[in-house]
Amino acid sequence: MRFMEGKGVSKGVVKGPICFYQRAAAAVSNHASLGMEAEKRRLEDAKAASIEQLNALAEQAREEAGADAALLFETHAMFIEDEDFCDCMDAALMEQPCTAEGAVELAGEQFSAMLAEMDDPYMQARAADIRDVARRMRNNLMGVTEGGIDVGEPVILAAGDLAPSETLQLDKRSILGFLTQGGSSSSHTAILARTMGIPAICGLGDALDPAMNGCTVYMDGETGQVVLEPDGPTLADFEAKLARQREQQALAESMKGQADVTLDGRPLMVYCNIGSPEDVAAVQANDGQGIGLFRSEFLYLTASQYPTEDAQFRAYKQAAAAMNGKRVVIRTLDIGADKQAAYFNLPKEENPALGLRAIRICLNRPEVFRTQLRALYRASAYGKVAIMFPMITSVWEVRACKEACRAVMAELDQEGVPYNRDTELGIMIETPASVLVAEELAREVDFFSVGTNDLTQYTLACDRQSNDLGRFFDPRHPAVLRALKLAADAAHKAGIWIGICGELAADLSLLETFLAIGIDELSVSPSAVLPLRAALRRTSAKACTLDRLECQAEGERE
Amino acid sequence: MREFTYTVTDPAGIHARPAGLLVKAAKALDSTVTITKAGGKSSAATKLMALMGLGIQQGDTVTVAIEGGKEDENAAALERFFQENL
Repeated sequence: MRFMEGKGVSKGVVKGPICFYQRAAAAVSNHASLGMEAEKRRLEDAKAASIEQLNALAEQAREEAGADAALLFETHAMFIEDEDFCDCMDAALMEQPCTAEGAVELAGEQFSAMLAEMDDPYMQARAADIRDVARRMRNNLMGVTEGGIDVGEPVILAAGDLAPSETLQLDKRSILGFLTQGGSSSSHTAILARTMGIPAICGLGDALDPAMNGCTVYMDGETGQVVLEPDGPTLADFEAKLARQREQQALAESMKGQADVTLDGRPLMVYCNIGSPEDVAAVQANDGQGIGLFRSEFLYLTASQYPTEDAQFRAYKQAAAAMNGKRVVIRTLDIGADKQAAYFNLPKEENPALGLRAIRICLNRPEVFRTQLRALYRASAYGKVAIMFPMITSVWEVRACKEACRAVMAELDQEGVPYNRDTELGIMIETPASVLVAEELAREVDFFSVGTNDLTQYTLACDRQSNDLGRFFDPRHPAVLRALKLAADAAHKAGIWIGICGELAADLSLLETFLAIGIDELSVSPSAVLPLRAALRRTSAKACTLDRLECQAEGERE
Repeated sequence: MREFTYTVTDPAGIHARPAGLLVKAAKALDSTVTITKAGGKSSAATKLMALMGLGIQQGDTVTVAIEGGKEDENAAALERFFQENL
């Protein structure tokens, strides 16, 4: 058995023969200069041809891998037109009798070296883009066609590193996976592999030996492991992973496009939890019918100062527009307790979970709240945005939130900025207090969404951060489930819907209980949507019971 | 000459994508636009690689100088561009 380990950058398990990428020889041709004017013309022709190819590639990428992949090639085209890059090539041609190939080589080296020396790993990875552009221009000058693979059967493609254009020009149907010696998770090969759903492992170094060409290997794009000639137990392990993956894929595929209803026709809204606008791609790939929780914290936690209204607006608008009319519930700032950002200068507290957090901060700092609400309402013009307030305990808090919303709408009216006046407003049910006054709260808002982690923490007096509470922290405790029932009854009495956006929503063993309680929406991570849909479609709502709300002796619970 | 400062909020800083957009926007103007990183180097806004070479990251403040042409109008357009894209 031979074993290699790199960095898994695109997940999935696959078995297949290794094939090393054959790159067209890219040596600088050593013909003599045809004279400055002639070489300059050759250079201009190569520039034009390269830009034309890149524009075609951008169109191909847009269809196969989306707008972000297309932008990569548009950027490559812009590199070729860059003033400094062109000046550098022109200067090389002027100074000495060199060929256009030589000038491209020189400029490519110089600019890729500049980027490779920068501190920022993102910029370092862009050095490969410059080399890719230079190689394309040289190939055009020398009439060399792109390299490739020449095989009849699907292979695991191996290479030192793959340029983004090389990755995209390959016939995807013949690629089972990617293995590279170099590269990082922010390299374009990794990004494209993830977008196309092809397993990839990079950074394998010299362990990835060209002598392995043709050998059959197993690779796991999640763990970064590659195995040749596996021994018995390893083989069984990989085969089991493959079988599990096939099963999941088949199930997921069969569930796409299906409605979220029980056997007996009761609908349930199956939505997704996301943490940034980029996650919308995963929602769409998994056929999520909406976004039940968009955590806005990422904007605050990744920044070193308060995010501006415009920066927030862009993020919300991006998600709302991408969901194309499907509901996007965005939760206002939920910071404090375990989520801290230095610039908020929050006071040190003995019990931060019982302290100044979430809506309490917003109501105490109206400017911070106003900025976020303005961004949210502006984004409401671009999709079906709903706004959700976290950590509510009192009716007056909800009224204060609504008052803040009205003030923002009046400002936007005055400025003539478009927004949706009927933007839905909802609250998180995460405190016992909110459950006990749920009837009054339900009359104030359009929906409820239960945060089960906090509701469990506050109901059971168990710190969710503590590692020592073990069996005492039980989100399936009858007290928690009865709280859900109380909130659901209050919601339905007022004619509004209730969902669950905590981790518990994805617990399939509770699905029947949720249906019996009358939950209308479950919001789960995108990868949990299709398994949940499959379970839902096997369940009969009529047969669901409230048994789990009864207290049972410890030993009887499964 | 007109000038404004802007603090970059995009988590990835001025990376290839917004740099490309900025180059396009700057080329469309009749002013000379110069970007200077606080305490650092500067570059013409029409030069993609030089802009990327500034290594501007989230939280960095840049000064944008607009010279010649319709300075007021162009400065306002660029300020909007920065707010919307960076």
